[in-house]
Amino acid sequence: MEVITRIFNVILAIVFGCGGVIGLFYLANYGISLLPKPWNRNLLPWVYISPAMLILSAYLILPTIQTFYLSFFDGRSQNFVGVQNYLFAFTNKSMLLAFRNNLLWLVLVTGISVALGLIIAVLVDKVSYESIAKSLIFLPMAISFVGASVIWKFIYAYKPLGDEQIGLLNAIIVSLGFEPVGWLVERSVNNFALIAIMIWLYTGFAMVILSAAVKGIPEDVIEAARIDGANSWQIFWRITIPMIRSTILVVSTTIIILVLKVFDIVFVMTGGNNGTEVIASRMIKEMFNYRNFGRGSAIAIILLLLIVPVMISNIRRFKTQEKLR
Amino acid sequence: MPPKVNQHNQSEFWQKTPIHITIVIIAFIWTLPTMGLFISSFRQRDAMLSSGWWSIFQHPFEITQYHLGNYLDVLQSQGMGQAFLNSLTISIPATIIPIAIATFAAYGFAWMEFPGRQFLFIIVVCLLVVPLQTTLIPILRAYRDLGLTNTFLGVWLAHTGYGLPLGIYLLRNYIGALPRDLIEAAKVDGASHLKIFTQLIVPLSMPAIASFAVFQFLWVWNDLLIALVYLGGTNDVAPVTIQLSNMVGSRGQDWYLLTAGAFISMTVPLMVFFALQRYFVRGILAGSVKS
Repeated sequence: MEVITRIFNVILAIVFGCGGVIGLFYLANYGISLLPKPWNRNLLPWVYISPAMLILSAYLILPTIQTFYLSFFDGRSQNFVGVQNYLFAFTNKSMLLAFRNNLLWLVLVTGISVALGLIIAVLVDKVSYESIAKSLIFLPMAISFVGASVIWKFIYAYKPLGDEQIGLLNAIIVSLGFEPVGWLVERSVNNFALIAIMIWLYTGFAMVILSAAVKGIPEDVIEAARIDGANSWQIFWRITIPMIRSTILVVSTTIIILVLKVFDIVFVMTGGNNGTEVIASRMIKEMFNYRNFGRGSAIAIILLLLIVPVMISNIRRFKTQEKLR
Repeated sequence: MPPKVNQHNQSEFWQKTPIHITIVIIAFIWTLPTMGLFISSFRQRDAMLSSGWWSIFQHPFEITQYHLGNYLDVLQSQGMGQAFLNSLTISIPATIIPIAIATFAAYGFAWMEFPGRQFLFIIVVCLLVVPLQTTLIPILRAYRDLGLTNTFLGVWLAHTGYGLPLGIYLLRNYIGALPRDLIEAAKVDGASHLKIFTQLIVPLSMPAIASFAVFQFLWVWNDLLIALVYLGGTNDVAPVTIQLSNMVGSRGQDWYLLTAGAFISMTVPLMVFFALQRYFVRGILAGSVKS
């Protein structure tokens, strides 16, 4: 019975939530059409644009400006403290650790998932069961960070020596004659254990995009190189890579942005303990656990500043693309 | 088929042995973690704690070692059933609302003349990469004042805000690439913008809308951060991701619950993924390669 009312509520919510938005558009359109001639033509575009612009302002533009403002105030946002929060961010020991870890994440996740994705994309192009292989490698993209964390926590599960290992990785290690490792506790390996999860999730993403680019290389270019006597290795380095360079760049920047924002994996797997903190998880900790909104804001702004170069290159690319249109 | 061709194909197949081995090994490694979780979720509690999931391959057809008890337990006593419904309640409107708003805006940006069009669109391009962390504190405060914390409405709107830049961007590129003649012809026939939009643009843009829908749905369903910040941990609104991460915290060694819970949280994304993979891939390509 309870389930039925729940489902009914869900349906009601969906109908009202979605119907409301579309109804609003029709109403606005109708209202505009009642206006006299020059008015309705000038105002009509805003009926289409303004709902989106209003929500973007409310949820992205204004909050970002306010966060910037708050980052110069103390934890309870009452007293102006200047750049103290930023000084904290760049001198505090655990913050520096978070920066170091994030750098490790950036280099390893981006490097390995793009390289591996490229290798798979090139190899898979040559076999007949391409789509199945690609689906299997791409599949983790559909899994949430939380789900992936549970999957990998199970793989990293640790039991003391002598007990039957239930974690796959320790079972392999023990059967090879080594001692079991506490993958998530041991400070020398735990960051790499977390990074591996992200690589598992995003190699498929890199592969799918790079594979489309590899297929876009004209057949006759490769044919010509082959006639000139180039082997597969030379074709890969001298033709494939230069021709898809811009795609490699785009994939890398996309993954860099994703990695900068990574939070869920650290939150679920270790809670940031044992030296696994990253910038984004650190920000949530300042905000929720310590209730220090000033520091939390400063960290968020640093995150934003790290992304600004990508933003600028996006605008540039957009402008050249518009000229071509 | 002439035997010669067949032979040629076969020898070519064998020549590629190293490629086949590499691909099969990588695909195997990539599938193994999910497979381990799936198999484990059907095993008995005690068996799971005393032996690895791979030990079932010693006697894989002994049906008695599998059961559905973990799923029943996690759905009922661990609140995963409720969380599942919550996830649906959050995800479906949080997918449809941004689609509606983004499609209208995309049409406006692509085919309507108004001052500041280019400038506003560049803002959208910038917002594509703004980390949502920079918005959490002010929105959370505003939500507290407005009483929107722990409400579905609050999360729907938040997801709409965070999903809109990508939606507008993808759809404008698609709608803007539709043939100009088509739209001019409709205008000559006296069709209003609303009519062009509903009867021409929306049906033609269905592939792009589907791509964005798959993207947004998976993103909302899989999200933890936004739900954590704006919904808190209250059971009657928490989605599967929060419930699962709570279970990791409180029942961290109860693998019979965690594996089944994780798999329940993955069912819907996996179904969407397999059914609509084509659109998902297209969305990813449109979002990155052409940009």
